[in-house]
Amino acid sequence: MKRKKSGITSLEMRVFPYAMILPNLLIFTLFIAVPVVLGVYYSLTNWKGIGTPAYVGFANYAKAFADKRFWQAFLATGKFTLFALPITVCVPLLLAVLMTKNVRLRGVFRAVYYWPSMISYIVVGLTFKFIFGESTGVINYLLTSVGFSKVELLTSKTNALWIVVLATIWSTSGYFMVNYISGLQSVPESYYEAATVDGASKTQQFWHVTIPLLRPTIFLVFVLGFLGLFKSYGLVISMTKGGPAGATRFVVQYVYDKAFQNVEMGYASALSMLLTVVLGAATIAQFALSKGGRIND
Amino acid sequence: MIEKKLRKAGTYLLILFLAFFALIPIVYVVLASFKPGSELFHYPPTLFPENWTLENYRDVFHRADFLTYFKNSAIVSVLSTILTVIINTMAGYAFAKYRFRGNQFIFMFFICTLMLPLEVLMIPIFRMVQKLGMYNNFLGLIIPPAATPMGVFLVRQFFFSVPNELNEAARIDGASETATFVHIMLPIARPVMSVLAIFSFMWRWNDYLWPLLVIRDNKLFTLQLALANFNGEYSVDWESLLAMSVVSMIPVLIVFLIFQKQFIKGMVTSGMKE
Repeated sequence: MKRKKSGITSLEMRVFPYAMILPNLLIFTLFIAVPVVLGVYYSLTNWKGIGTPAYVGFANYAKAFADKRFWQAFLATGKFTLFALPITVCVPLLLAVLMTKNVRLRGVFRAVYYWPSMISYIVVGLTFKFIFGESTGVINYLLTSVGFSKVELLTSKTNALWIVVLATIWSTSGYFMVNYISGLQSVPESYYEAATVDGASKTQQFWHVTIPLLRPTIFLVFVLGFLGLFKSYGLVISMTKGGPAGATRFVVQYVYDKAFQNVEMGYASALSMLLTVVLGAATIAQFALSKGGRIND
Repeated sequence: MIEKKLRKAGTYLLILFLAFFALIPIVYVVLASFKPGSELFHYPPTLFPENWTLENYRDVFHRADFLTYFKNSAIVSVLSTILTVIINTMAGYAFAKYRFRGNQFIFMFFICTLMLPLEVLMIPIFRMVQKLGMYNNFLGLIIPPAATPMGVFLVRQFFFSVPNELNEAARIDGASETATFVHIMLPIARPVMSVLAIFSFMWRWNDYLWPLLVIRDNKLFTLQLALANFNGEYSVDWESLLAMSVVSMIPVLIVFLIFQKQFIKGMVTSGMKE
């Protein structure tokens, strides 16, 4: 589709495409490219938010490696991601499989499943805080009414983390479901027909036709899910504020607090760099391991 | 035959079960927002209010600050959405229909920005916003997040499906490139533009981290900032907070209900397909 390359390339033809991408190019340059360079620079200084930053070499990085509370936040984030990622990948797949079946009121159910992803993290956090909080007591009331004993919810380290996992899954599943639906719809019907002719059961078809063909989408959800989980912030802020005892204080919150509460901008920049490296390395590793999620190995 | 029926029944049961979990948290909160404060912490708790009341909502709407936050969110979300749709449609169109020096490199640059979210660039972005005079100012909430790689990608994919013959014909007829874009291409692109608009509205309305970084002044708070701020560490005024949360969900819900068909369809057909 690239005919007419020479000849009447007027001035307009040459300038027009650049003019069209200019606003985006400017914004990306000013608010992503320049900040990357600035971020690296700040991470090598002791900048406190005012005055001129003084160069300190790799001191901030050395400090970061010895910062117990940073690694505690890092570990909490890793644990949270490890718990939540498998569910983040599987639940939306289940929803999508159900929503591509020929069922009544499919449109309504799709909307219902999608609905939680339209609610802001702040409100999701508040909602779960209200439901799982001790003061309203709903969950403990339900537990005791079916014969269990009362448990500590948002005040217990382990339970709080799991409730954050639950809230996160609840709020992201609808979005990933839509990704899976588009993946499922692109599997040609003839594959299933052929499998049926060969006598494959529905379950066999799912494992041997659907899953292999869906690998690119599964991979996409895996990567997006990982990135989203690892940089969780808004939801925990409104739900637990990082508590109890730092059990749900994740890396982004730690970096934010260092930068904007303690105003250690230089040090916080170094922490950001470490976070960037981890996120980038994990993404690349996932690409390499799954061979980019291609269908054919 | 019986096995098939059982299977079908099982499927419906599972669908209903999952739908229950998708709905119950919000239903619970919405119902609780109609309870008088004294009933909110009754034991045993009830799903439905015993005495329905609009008091919480009346209080919230009588608060001047809440109306300000709502207005701020509306201004920021609407203006940012308009800007998002315009500039990303322009860029996506250029990448799909023109071959120009550096086009692939620039496109890769745009896509790479996906890997550098605000969360990892908070400090230098905050600094840039300050230096460009956008700090504590709606401009800082409207302009920087308006460019989105996903938007460019979405529009570019869409215009790949529009035949190039259309451009050629317009050129032969002597139309300028600008006129072709405005009068021929924009009307065609309406579906992808509405998907972009809905997403952008939702993102901006629900966003927390940008406003947190950019806004300092109470008067300029968006709803999300205000909600997070009212949510104190030790004492929470749940009566107001629940009503505010419910009101804050309504605009996105309305946008979704109006555009539901295009939304799901647009996401599925032009969405994140490989």
